[in-house]
Amino acid sequence: MDTERAPRLAVPHYRHDRDTDHPPLASPGYGSTALRAPARPLVVLPQRLTEITGPVLGETRVGELDHDLTRQHAAEPLGQRIVVTGRVLDGDGRAVRHTLVEVWQANAAGRYAHAVDNWPAPLDPNFAGVGRTMTDDEGRYRFVTVKPGAYPWRNHDNAWRPAHIHFSLFGRAFTQRLVTQMYFPDDPLFFQDPIFNAVPDPAARARMVSAYDHTVTESQWALGFTFDIVLRGRDRTPFEDEHDDD
Amino acid sequence: MTDRLQVTPSQTVGPFLHIALQWEDGPYVVPPGTAGGRWLRGRVLDGAGDPVPDGLVETWQADPDGRFDHPDDPRGATASAIEGFRGFGRSTTDREGRFEIFTVKPGPLPAPDGGTEAPHLDVSVLARGLLHRVVTRIYFPDEPQANERDPVLASVDPSRRPTLVATAGPDGLLHDIRLQGEHETVFFDL
Ligand SMILES: [Fe+2]
Repeated sequence: MDTERAPRLAVPHYRHDRDTDHPPLASPGYGSTALRAPARPLVVLPQRLTEITGPVLGETRVGELDHDLTRQHAAEPLGQRIVVTGRVLDGDGRAVRHTLVEVWQANAAGRYAHAVDNWPAPLDPNFAGVGRTMTDDEGRYRFVTVKPGAYPWRNHDNAWRPAHIHFSLFGRAFTQRLVTQMYFPDDPLFFQDPIFNAVPDPAARARMVSAYDHTVTESQWALGFTFDIVLRGRDRTPFEDEHDDD
Repeated sequence: MTDRLQVTPSQTVGPFLHIALQWEDGPYVVPPGTAGGRWLRGRVLDGAGDPVPDGLVETWQADPDGRFDHPDDPRGATASAIEGFRGFGRSTTDREGRFEIFTVKPGPLPAPDGGTEAPHLDVSVLARGLLHRVVTRIYFPDEPQANERDPVLASVDPSRRPTLVATAGPDGLLHDIRLQGEHETVFFDL
């Protein structure tokens, strides 16, 4: 193909996030960034075909019980049963449909089912702490799990991570890839957590905190929390202006 | 019309990412045994040159014809001629910081602003100690002419370009990713 004479290709453009939306890579309060945060300035990469496309991962990646972390073993895990649900949206409020959502978390005692996690809290043989689901037509996801416990780490004196669930999201393009952590409302450990507080803008930090939602709470069964996730939005292309099909 | 929403901030994957993000078929951009398939192997290293054992390397690429099976490609979504082509690779790092991806060389791509991009993989690196992913690219050592004309490589200081080009290895390609230090890999602002 003679690309030199090919017609101009119109590709979508994803807007840049504000600097205060994400933690700086070098965050001295979080010790592990010291030797891992790149020190040189980033080079601008214009968004071209590889950046505005991304993996389309089908339903085959997700098993029937993958969204329910309380039903993956012989018996139920210990802990407070919760439902975590919300929508994956882009920065323009459009649903991100049929996208893979992956989660992982500690058990109710604050311990991960991982060989490297060996602090003296009990493992739960009925809890792996791993979930997957696909969003529906409205970008909605739903997990059933138990509330994770807080856990200690060695970053600073008497350091404890606030309870959290790790979330991994693909969106529809390489540009939108996001890994974050969902926190619980009013956690008393926020004040001393350098990972949560690495996000410069307090309003942005608040977007990582789920909301207790009594309409999600199920009678005689589980407490409900809502957590919407917003990925980068994109500028409208001329094509979209003509055919607003979203 | 829709409302503008502010994005959800990024957070680190933390030290326990393997329990969820390690897929059995993760490294396979193409199925095992695919003609032209090769291993891309390397390590993720920190600023002291030590391995990063709690990291994740993800790759995304066009197929050998330079096509994406994706609705936003303005040339149209095109299923690959390779059966089972996923375009996406994912490898957690091991104790020595090693990752491995089984893939084929993508085709060159027309750039929207004219010109041609050399065959490349887009790469995300995530790890404990990285509060958000870092993005780099991997180019192919047997494409010197295409690399010479690539607009992204051209935008990088010549002394740092080698950090974006793999070298030939025993069963494919070798490529280390250095998060920091004298030979820090080039990372991109996307
Ligand atoms: Fe964690």
